[in-house]
Amino acid sequence: MRFYEFEAKQLLEKHGIPLVQSELVKTADEAKTAASKIGGPVILKAQVIAPGLTTASVQEVADPAGAKAAAATLLGLDDGGRKPNGILVEARPTGEAVYSLSFTYDGTTKLPVIAAANMAGKIDDLGDTHPERIVRRHFSALYPFSDYIAKELAKSLVLGGNDLKRMTRIVSGLARLFLKYDLADLDITSMVKLGEGRFAVLDVEADLEIEARHRQRPMLDDLGFAKDDLRQVREPTKFELEGARIDAEDPRGIISPIAEFDGNIGLVIGAGGGSLTLTDAVRKHGGRPANYAAIGGNPSVDKARRLTKLVLSKPGVDKIAVMSNVVSNTRADLVARGVIKGITELGFEPKDKILIFRVPGAWEADAAKILQKYGVEYCDRTVSISEAARRAVEKVS
Amino acid sequence: MAMFIRVDVDKSVIEKTPGLADKLVEVCPVNIFKVGSKPSSVEIVEDNVDECTLCDLCMQASPKGVRVVKLYE
Amino acid sequence: MAVIVHEDFQFIVQGITGREALNFTRECLEYGSKIIGGVTPGKGGREVYGVPVYDTVREITDTQRVDGTVITVPLAFAPDAAYEAIDAGIKEIIIITEGIPRKDASAVVEYAALHGARVIGPNCLGIIVPDVCRFGSLGGPAVDCRKAFKPGVVGVMSRSGGMTTEICNALTLSGLGVSTAISIGGDPVIGSTYADLIPLFEADKDTKAVVVYSEPGGTAEAELARWTQEHKSRLPIVAFVAGRFMDEMPGMSFGHAGTVVNKKVDSPADKMRRMREAGISVAEEIGDIPNLVRERIGN
Repeated sequence: MRFYEFEAKQLLEKHGIPLVQSELVKTADEAKTAASKIGGPVILKAQVIAPGLTTASVQEVADPAGAKAAAATLLGLDDGGRKPNGILVEARPTGEAVYSLSFTYDGTTKLPVIAAANMAGKIDDLGDTHPERIVRRHFSALYPFSDYIAKELAKSLVLGGNDLKRMTRIVSGLARLFLKYDLADLDITSMVKLGEGRFAVLDVEADLEIEARHRQRPMLDDLGFAKDDLRQVREPTKFELEGARIDAEDPRGIISPIAEFDGNIGLVIGAGGGSLTLTDAVRKHGGRPANYAAIGGNPSVDKARRLTKLVLSKPGVDKIAVMSNVVSNTRADLVARGVIKGITELGFEPKDKILIFRVPGAWEADAAKILQKYGVEYCDRTVSISEAARRAVEKVS
Repeated sequence: MAMFIRVDVDKSVIEKTPGLADKLVEVCPVNIFKVGSKPSSVEIVEDNVDECTLCDLCMQASPKGVRVVKLYE
Repeated sequence: MAVIVHEDFQFIVQGITGREALNFTRECLEYGSKIIGGVTPGKGGREVYGVPVYDTVREITDTQRVDGTVITVPLAFAPDAAYEAIDAGIKEIIIITEGIPRKDASAVVEYAALHGARVIGPNCLGIIVPDVCRFGSLGGPAVDCRKAFKPGVVGVMSRSGGMTTEICNALTLSGLGVSTAISIGGDPVIGSTYADLIPLFEADKDTKAVVVYSEPGGTAEAELARWTQEHKSRLPIVAFVAGRFMDEMPGMSFGHAGTVVNKKVDSPADKMRRMREAGISVAEEIGDIPNLVRERIGN
């Protein structure tokens, strides 16, 4: 879950991390006032979530008048269906040197890791362009963070004297904050050294571990996160909200994630890796999925029924493909019951609406009998996922 | 109305066996049975019948009193 | 031979009285696995399909050899259950529980490493060596499980539990069969990655090739590619990368928790390139896997 930069900076400030002078504004006039207060050239950063806005969301301006004009443009940005959540107006000091710091988890060692470089940028990108300028230190999520780790990192950035001591404090502070708030990623993409022992953080990106959002509720409340705000890259559509509601109202099994696309093949497909594979397979054979709706964890008949109705009611969808990998705990017969019930309730014949039913595995014999009764062909495990997708696409066109 | 499953209950068997009504309510993982208005009786919750997982626990509790029928066979 | 488990492998189930655990405990017993106890706090003294239930792990390890444990307790208790198993001396730990924050997963894996224990998962289904031992919830009811997993020559590692069964089913149908299949888990931090486990397949004389199922997100594929290049492996590897459509949808999460394209290394395109460069065959379609394996092992 992505934080707006102003939120990330609030967390940093609370933990004594030195920040560049900065003000959050909501209007172009406020931007002008903030810019004159700060003085000199400033940078304006629209507060957005959607990826791909990195360049568009930032403007550097020379004076308050420029700030006002730039703010007006930035406030009109489309952030995946949302308006920007204000603008950060910030000083842009050029110091003696600039650094970047990145905190994340390393899947190879399974440990949290700090990476640092003596240049600005995202460590991931720097890793491609300037691998020799990156230094790394792993630390532990099991034991408390020890300052010496930060000191060693500062040393390998060739810092000494007060610079080394101050950098040690900053890195330690960030590492503790990273662990305390269950961050998945924390990137200080630019931190400037203003003078001996004086640093200021300019740019921050931070992501919360989505699975920790419940236990981090106090911090999120402090920042003013709404309870259901998951910071998706775009605003959820009506279809997606309805799908989420169906999922939330019945704890038996899951139909998450659910996403709306602009194609014409309705998909009711198995969860996890199966749904990824099936969506790829449909596209590979030239099909255009109308949605993504992964069902798993042994959903109830009712959940499958409601999902079927939702997908079939989507404008432009005439037929659905019901497909899954070979299931272990999800039951093929219960899925079959739900799908047929949903179609029947809409007043259609199952055989007219099901492009293909390929859910082999647990309770497949019963599933086959149910489908047979309603005149729908049951594909067993000898029909591969690729073949099932091919047949579905062929039938729809 | 259930489309796939029918649960037949022999009321006289349930009434004659003390505690059986409660047992049926307890064993069903999808709440197909609820305690009836008369003592020692159960009612079928029609909305839940199609959720039947065919676990057979109700039939094990009362082999004579309950029969679960697959309507698709 | 087999990877991790063996014919006499005895394990326990932590959280044995839960809905899903009941299911797979029965399935494992039907499959022939040796489950010698279960743990659910407050339910000690009961029995589940003939398996005694205890309040603590140590009650079992004090009197019997316990080779492994399957942890399927609710989210909030999962790390504690893992620490309990590690401190009781259990060396093979499968964590099925889904949704454990990566900080907790990282801490558990570090603690396990310090005590010489191995963690598979979290968010995985476990291990099967067909007709030898099923350790976890892969494959569903024993009758369906036997249809999908027949003994053979291909080792399988998969970030998706469901796709483990799907791929093994295809390998079984093709006549190649499966030596050992491991569902390694779909989370961003897991105890054992492809690169951690491939040496075990390398040492397993039944395994003639390895199939890897992967998804967007994380560095595991890059790590496997590096391992293969550095270790002149005897094993041909065939990989499949799902979720290619996600390359067009940065920042959106599908499938598992670890499945998101934020960084370049997360993207299916990048993963496929790295693996191909390392000599790994990357299947274009899931259905191509068995034929690619045949080509690579000359069969």
